[in-house]
Amino acid sequence: MSSRPVAQDLEQPESFTFSAENEKAIAGILAKYPEDKKVSAVMPLLDLAQRQHDGWLPQAAMDYIAERLGMAPIRVYEVATFYTMYNLSPVGRYHVQVCTNICCWLTGSDEVAHACKDTLGIGFGESTKDGLFTLTEVECLGACVNAPMMQINDDYYEDLTAGDTKAILDVLRTGKMPATTGPQSARKGCEPANGLTTLQDIHAGGGGS
Amino acid sequence: MLADKDRIFTNIYGFQEKSRKACMARGDWDKTADIIKKGRDWIISEVKDSRLRGRGGAGFSTGMKWSFMPKEAAPGRPHFLAINADEGEPGTCKDREIIRNEPHKLIEGALLAGFAIGAHTAYIYIRGEFYREAEVLQTAIDEAYEAGLLGKNAAQSGWDLDIYIHRGMGAYVCGEESALIQSIEGKKGQPRLKPPFPANCGIYGCPTTVNNVESIAVVPAILRRGASWWAGIGRENNTGIKIYAISGHVNTPCIVEDAMSVPLKDLIEKHAGGVRGGWDNLLGVIPGGCSVPVMPKSTCADILMDYDSLRDAGSGLGTAAVIVMDKSTDIIKAITRLSRFYMHESCGQCTPCREGTGWLWRMMERMVEGNIAIEEIDILEEVTRQIEGNTICALGDAAAWPIQGLIQNFRPEIERRIAKFNNRAA
Repeated sequence: MSSRPVAQDLEQPESFTFSAENEKAIAGILAKYPEDKKVSAVMPLLDLAQRQHDGWLPQAAMDYIAERLGMAPIRVYEVATFYTMYNLSPVGRYHVQVCTNICCWLTGSDEVAHACKDTLGIGFGESTKDGLFTLTEVECLGACVNAPMMQINDDYYEDLTAGDTKAILDVLRTGKMPATTGPQSARKGCEPANGLTTLQDIHAGGGGS
Repeated sequence: MLADKDRIFTNIYGFQEKSRKACMARGDWDKTADIIKKGRDWIISEVKDSRLRGRGGAGFSTGMKWSFMPKEAAPGRPHFLAINADEGEPGTCKDREIIRNEPHKLIEGALLAGFAIGAHTAYIYIRGEFYREAEVLQTAIDEAYEAGLLGKNAAQSGWDLDIYIHRGMGAYVCGEESALIQSIEGKKGQPRLKPPFPANCGIYGCPTTVNNVESIAVVPAILRRGASWWAGIGRENNTGIKIYAISGHVNTPCIVEDAMSVPLKDLIEKHAGGVRGGWDNLLGVIPGGCSVPVMPKSTCADILMDYDSLRDAGSGLGTAAVIVMDKSTDIIKAITRLSRFYMHESCGQCTPCREGTGWLWRMMERMVEGNIAIEEIDILEEVTRQIEGNTICALGDAAAWPIQGLIQNFRPEIERRIAKFNNRAA
């Protein structure tokens, strides 16, 4: 089982409410589920709260969502602590998540992790003092043929070398976004790097189902 | 190798547009209403006849699964279709490519499957980390609504279907169907005891079918081209087309669509550029995502990639995610990494898994150093047997199998490690 640090009392805000913009989004989320099953919306609402609250989920937001959905607060805490994408304590503006599971490990995630630690001056589970970066070791992110890879906020960075990793972090530190997300190699996606072994005719024109 | 004319996922690499219009130009949504007008029984029997087996790992007959749903929805008990896009099995990254490059195959398949099982609502449960993929999918769903392909009288078929995306939040166990259902209901993703099975008691206690993304996305092609076309590819009981992922120590790791039952060696050599350093440099292969046992090189030379062949070899097709390891790999360390994964992902519900996965990992950490007694190899193997089959879901089995595969196929390596440790200590 996984466990994550929970923010100290001092860091916890007194109260939480959704922004006007997110209130509109909530209406769309609730519409996905039957009228009497609004509890189903707890996961997307917690995600929305986390996005609104600088990437982490304070207890006040859990309590607010519990009240909003007519749930016992403990049921919301259960969900928030079970799913690892809910951050229960503050994270940096850029949450750098390095996959070290088998495919990434086989293809050099040790170098990627080292490049992250070296560039940021922090270890896994730590944040930089300027509040810009949090570094986390994560399980398989499902981009195994583009290993090694890392996720920063909502974007994947794949086919990484140590040099690519450092370059991406250096760009983020200047407040800019890296030029490309996805593979940092010459590949577009998950195709073989040396040219196609299938679909040559179709990509030459025509074909389909 | 599969002929290009038989391929389904012609845009699997995303070289072309993925808009509705582009997808339609590639053949999606072609006379979908005509298929639906052939009726529910025809669709289910066609899928049964194709011998399509679920692509999420278990390999159960998709048509059979659909036939378990009640014929008619009882009052107050609507049917649900849940599509499992919680792709998180290490090595597996095929559904991601369907979702982001061929979204309309999935959506059209959802309409056909929804009709076949009597569902007016489908939830696509996509892993939370696939945020960009969920965006693409939502765009495609929105386009389908705008074109009248979803919603009331979807695609002029007379059937109503709504599709909603439900994003996971980083729990591997939610790929297990009953945990996925719990998660959609707004709960911790802890698997349920079965029976009752989802076909009787799924989402909100209502009849539910849970299918993998790939299983659903191939349905339109099966119904258009015919069960016999699908059944004519592959081998008896292992039919059709499969998307493979080849990762690890190969020269060109990739996703590729090929026939079921292709030789593993062909996949590695023809599509993935061969083992790094050549075939003789191969140590072993995990053929179906990290939950299936590793196979030594000797097994890899002529094994076929399908359910029955890999099962007979003591491994499994799983998600057909081929993880290749060359001779530079510390195989004990590799399996230890998987043990840590299962410990991290155990939902904590069943004692053998919650306590066992951590125990296995700690033992494996010692084994990496060689710091175990020789008889502890058998104790470790025995403990995996105590976990296997004694938990609600298959996560306990999945934690056990990689270690069993290691002990069965690489015991001499473990013994060497122990001897080395003891020599150093002496």
